[in-house]
Amino acid sequence: MLKIIVSRLLSTVIVVFGVACLVFLLIHLVPGDPVDMMLGENAQMADRESLREALGLNQSIGAQLLTYFNNLLHGDLGTSLHSRVPVVEMLAERIPATIELALVSLLISCLIAFPLGIVAALNKGKGWDRTAMGVSLLGVSIPNFLLGPVLILVFSIYLGWLPVSGRNGIDSMILPAITLGTALAAVLSRMIRSTLLEVLSEDYIRTARAKGSSHVQVVIHHALPNAMLPIITLLGLQLGVLLGGAVITETVFSWPGIGKLTIDAIMKRDYPVLQACVLLISITYVVVNMITDIVYAWIDPRIRIGGQS
Amino acid sequence: MRRYGLSFWVIVLWLLLSLLGQWLPLDAHQIELESILQGPGSSHWLGYDDLGRPVFDRLLAGSYTSCVVALTVVSLSLVIGTILGTMSAYLGGVFDLVITRIIDIFLAFPGILLAIALAGIMGPGIDNVVIALSVVGWVGFARLARAQTLSVKHRDHVIAAQVMGSRNSKIIFRHLIPLITTPLLVEATFGIASVVIAEAGLSFLGLGVQAPDASWGSMIRDGTRYMLVAPHLVLVPGLALMIVVLAVNLAGDRLRDWLDVKTNRVEERI
Repeated sequence: MLKIIVSRLLSTVIVVFGVACLVFLLIHLVPGDPVDMMLGENAQMADRESLREALGLNQSIGAQLLTYFNNLLHGDLGTSLHSRVPVVEMLAERIPATIELALVSLLISCLIAFPLGIVAALNKGKGWDRTAMGVSLLGVSIPNFLLGPVLILVFSIYLGWLPVSGRNGIDSMILPAITLGTALAAVLSRMIRSTLLEVLSEDYIRTARAKGSSHVQVVIHHALPNAMLPIITLLGLQLGVLLGGAVITETVFSWPGIGKLTIDAIMKRDYPVLQACVLLISITYVVVNMITDIVYAWIDPRIRIGGQS
Repeated sequence: MRRYGLSFWVIVLWLLLSLLGQWLPLDAHQIELESILQGPGSSHWLGYDDLGRPVFDRLLAGSYTSCVVALTVVSLSLVIGTILGTMSAYLGGVFDLVITRIIDIFLAFPGILLAIALAGIMGPGIDNVVIALSVVGWVGFARLARAQTLSVKHRDHVIAAQVMGSRNSKIIFRHLIPLITTPLLVEATFGIASVVIAEAGLSFLGLGVQAPDASWGSMIRDGTRYMLVAPHLVLVPGLALMIVVLAVNLAGDRLRDWLDVKTNRVEERI
């Protein structure tokens, strides 16, 4: 087990290092001079020089990279070019909103995906299966920047039940969470169906049925607990759908989270903030995947033993 | 017609309208001030937008954008990813280690976040959208090509070619890549659906195609401001986008099932 943890930690550190390097290099992809892009071509020479110095752009690339990692390790992500506030403070202010939205979306997607996946698996090849998978395919095919406005049109504008945007109480969270959770629910329900179908063909399920267990008992007591492990792992991997989707969903609903901050930073050409947002979202994704991997190995002895041998 | 399924015909229609739409007597930039925000009607099937431009004409222009971007990005990603992934698995050693690490690093960026950041930094425009989505897109193909090559690189004909002194490039292009094309083609089909959504997403955020050119994503974004008075501005491009993505995903599913069935049959015969 220790070997698995150490190897996962090591590969995560390498990936995080690579991600940080790539995020650092982003600012050097700006066509022309990044300072011109941020301040405009008519800016004063003195302003340009001070910004160049503030961003460390007057140093060599190697020196810039060293300073960047040194600052990163000290928790310094720079200062916003627009509001002059430390980026760390801006992120800290926005993180709760994104976590809140991600968790509620996760809950909603599980509430939709589990019934859909179970019904489809139990009725394989029949009408219910085709309907459930049709709904799931529709969920994958409807992008969040379309679902969001349509939900706003129906529930906020026509029916007037829920607020259009912002973050004021539980009401305001429902539409963004459904928008963000739909894609995940669609992917998840397909996974639940295929995993459950695999488990349902195992010998112990036949034994349970032979012993006279009811259909519901077999699914709840025998099939689902065994299907849960791969589903949880896949859920960890699918977190990317949530985190990536949050950027667009938060923009549609003006939800004050990290995703909205990312787009605002792009629009204002506030590159330190953009770099920090991309870094934070990616590292969260990598770390969650690492934890899922380790927990999976810890729970499932087959992986532990397989790993040791 | 039923043999190919409805999804196939929707894709054919999309490709035809996108690529031939330019030669039709349509003008996506024609402004008719008296028709601003007019809903669908007999004179113009899908109505007019906030500047008085015909929505149908703009829909076809947007279709062209999504089609060109999707085909270019998927082709570029497929070629780059397949070559790098196959080389990585076949050559092994340090090259494989480096490529695998690079793939891991790119996969660490969730969803289209990296494409959004790249497009945001490089500036808006269709060229930058293609670059940003290709930079993100090759990784999936490379990972698949690498895994597939690992499973076929020890086959007898590859070893025979090695023994006969064939060059690595010849072995990769003649003996390995033809063996792994099936799963890559299925992945490419799903890739088209993802790129259509991603391009529209970037344009929705204002990072893609710029006005006055049309994209389904920018049409949806512009339409959201007039949802109360002219919901067709969001619904028309939205439905078109959904139907195309749904058709491509369904075609991908069918292709996968069909190709699997074929391999099963071959195995049975052997």
